[in-house]
Amino acid sequence: MDIKNIKSEFPIFKQKINGKPLVYLDSANSSQKPQSVIKRISSFYETEYSNVGRSVHSLAVKATNRFEDTRDKVKNYINAEYREEIIFTKGATDAINLVASSYGKKFINKGDEIIITELEHHSNYVPWNFIRENVGANIKFAPVNSKGEIEVDDIKKLITDKTKIIAITHLSNVTGAIIPIKKIVDLAKSKKIPVLVDGTQGAPHLEIDMQSLGCDFYAISCHKMYGPNGLGVLYMKKKWVDILPPYQGGGGMIDEVKKEKITYASSQLKFEAGTMQTAEVVSFSEAINFIEKIGIKKILEHENKIMEYGLEKLKKNNSVNIIGDPLNKGSVISFTIKGIHPHDIATILDDDGVAIRAGHHCCQILHEKIGISASARASFGVYNTKEDIDILCNAIDKCKKVFNI
Amino acid sequence: MELKELYQEIILDHGKNPRNFGKCNQFNRDAKAHNPLCGDKVHIYLKLDKEKIVEDLTFEGEGCAISLASASILTETIKGKNFNVAKKIIEDFLNMIKNEVKISINSLNEDQKTTIMSLSGVNQFPMRVKCATMAWHALTSALEGENKNE
Repeated sequence: MDIKNIKSEFPIFKQKINGKPLVYLDSANSSQKPQSVIKRISSFYETEYSNVGRSVHSLAVKATNRFEDTRDKVKNYINAEYREEIIFTKGATDAINLVASSYGKKFINKGDEIIITELEHHSNYVPWNFIRENVGANIKFAPVNSKGEIEVDDIKKLITDKTKIIAITHLSNVTGAIIPIKKIVDLAKSKKIPVLVDGTQGAPHLEIDMQSLGCDFYAISCHKMYGPNGLGVLYMKKKWVDILPPYQGGGGMIDEVKKEKITYASSQLKFEAGTMQTAEVVSFSEAINFIEKIGIKKILEHENKIMEYGLEKLKKNNSVNIIGDPLNKGSVISFTIKGIHPHDIATILDDDGVAIRAGHHCCQILHEKIGISASARASFGVYNTKEDIDILCNAIDKCKKVFNI
Repeated sequence: MELKELYQEIILDHGKNPRNFGKCNQFNRDAKAHNPLCGDKVHIYLKLDKEKIVEDLTFEGEGCAISLASASILTETIKGKNFNVAKKIIEDFLNMIKNEVKISINSLNEDQKTTIMSLSGVNQFPMRVKCATMAWHALTSALEGENKNE
């Protein structure tokens, strides 16, 4: 598959937005879907649909096989060691909540410490806050430096005998900083502290390899990887799958149910209660196929080229202030324009068909630290082009015109 | 929908130079509102006298041009009005933004009507309705709130 013509694989780009071609710069929020993923959802419903893992009829067998095929596909894509390490969830948020709940219940007690960072999305803070509220644990924040990065040394300083987990993003959804997870995992391992990685932005915008990364938990959002909405993956190292208690209760996650006692499934199935998102899981295979057909290396090369071009052009604009300047940066640029609130920027850009995000991007701690309440964010995917950046920059000039700046 | 109907001169002016900004002396009622999705904030300070007339009305806050302009216009429009008229203006304003109903209040002069009508373009931008209405909801809370000095 050729990146040059990749937009044609995405039906969403056939339409006009406010009479203009769609310039979609909101992939960090959610990516658009290729035709193959959309088609797979409908073909699954048309010919293979049934609930999985329960009935013995032919359709149930077909659906179950396709569902479990995706588990293998994900295992291979992220290079996990065992297929039991792949747990389907309703999103990355759900995946982190699962770990906070199951690991927290068993291992975090009053006075224990959880290390997170000032870069975290609310979804990697709020679930830990539940533990803080429920058992009286403490949350410590590794500071973000002036470049919008997290330094390993700052995490090292926070580790004590009471540290029970380090939960950290792989790639900041605001500054774009790529966090040196491997170094953090090595540090944590030497102190026997498990590491959860929020891979919401990492999974779509980095090459990921669980065995080489060595983390204990890795949360993935499928809808940001050209996959279907409402689906996430939690990678959980097998040693944790074996010993952590279930998350939610219901069908599918039990071993035996008696009036006096219930025993739970021993595999990853204990974390998958109730009817799962069958069509979503099945079609996620197509999203991985899509990425693999182009090649993740090529996708990242392309995205970085667009980002670099964007940075170069935006830096030339005196009114634009770019948030963070990390050495290793993924495909997101957050910025402010002096004298124009990000909401107003987003509305004016939309008039030119340019879709960006404005607000705090679920990172209020970070925005407070920088001293602003909101920012504008352009984020990139495989379908973006240099022309998209040119249109963005022209639309930014239009903002300045509207506001007489 | 034309962008210039949203960002009219009058709105840009109020957004850049909000009137009655700050905490007014001797306010006896106040109320805050914020939008958790975007972080916009507004704090309304109100002095309601014994005859239930809005003697003073100011605000503090941060947000986009629409939310600042809307709060600024609110203070200019409501100041000096009595409680019932203020409530009617709020009702009419919210109706204009949400249901595209024209403002019909007699107690506003032509200038005030033009100013308040300048915000009507917001109804074509559903995601921005909250920006325009936040201060007005906060004012309702303040008007109905308890007198802090009693």
